[in-house]
Amino acid sequence: MIPVTACLLLSAMLFCLGMLGFLLRKNALIVFMSVELMLNAANLAFIGFARVHGDITGHVSVFFVIAVAAAEAAVGLAIIIALYRNRKTLDVDEVRFMKH
Amino acid sequence: MSVEIILFFVFSVCTLAGASLVIFAKSPLTSAMSLVATFFFLAGIYVLLFAHAIAALQIMVYAGAVMVLFLLVIMLLPLKDAPPPLRLSPARWIGALSSATVLSILIYASLQWHNSLETNTTGQNALMYFGNLEDIGISIYTQWLFPFEALSLLLLAAILGAVVIAKKRI
Repeated sequence: MIPVTACLLLSAMLFCLGMLGFLLRKNALIVFMSVELMLNAANLAFIGFARVHGDITGHVSVFFVIAVAAAEAAVGLAIIIALYRNRKTLDVDEVRFMKH
Repeated sequence: MSVEIILFFVFSVCTLAGASLVIFAKSPLTSAMSLVATFFFLAGIYVLLFAHAIAALQIMVYAGAVMVLFLLVIMLLPLKDAPPPLRLSPARWIGALSSATVLSILIYASLQWHNSLETNTTGQNALMYFGNLEDIGISIYTQWLFPFEALSLLLLAAILGAVVIAKKRI
């Protein structure tokens, strides 16, 4: 049996890689992919705990997370397309018209 | 060392390599393809953790639907290759530092965690059937019925929202 600590460590590293990409990259698409990475890290932790507790609720949570991530991807990519159409850029540093 | 552990290790290394490539790749297309690879390796880890149904869902929904959407958007937009910035602004330095801090806190927390239930989990016989679609279906359609229906409403709202946002003239 895989030790749950290994799962948690992998999940932590994956989450922090996603966080690094979210904070470091300028391209809005890559920022979005980093969010997907973080969601997957959370899923991995859910499944590790579900396995070690023998409880199916963790799997149900992952199911919900996947569905919400699909909805989020659809809306987020639509926002990126609208952003590019209006501003001709995907650089998150240049998009600051909602700041003031 | 059992085969399970070795496979877990291999899949973990591949997952982390894919995730790093997503972040540090020059072209968005490379990022998207390595994200697909990351999802596949994660699905392998899910199978090792007795989550077969979730692994199938991961491949179908994430590696299939979501990533096709990503690739479609990458094809639609004329993107330039841009490597991650080498000279970091102060805000990005703070970002990198905070992510390293979160990583150390999470690693500390996971090493502290020890399972009090590990000795009395269900036996190998019950684990054979753990995580199949039937169990998940029963749980979703009885205990989690209302969140499930709310989720279908959310997906409908997301469809409409995506169409409205991406339309040329609203």
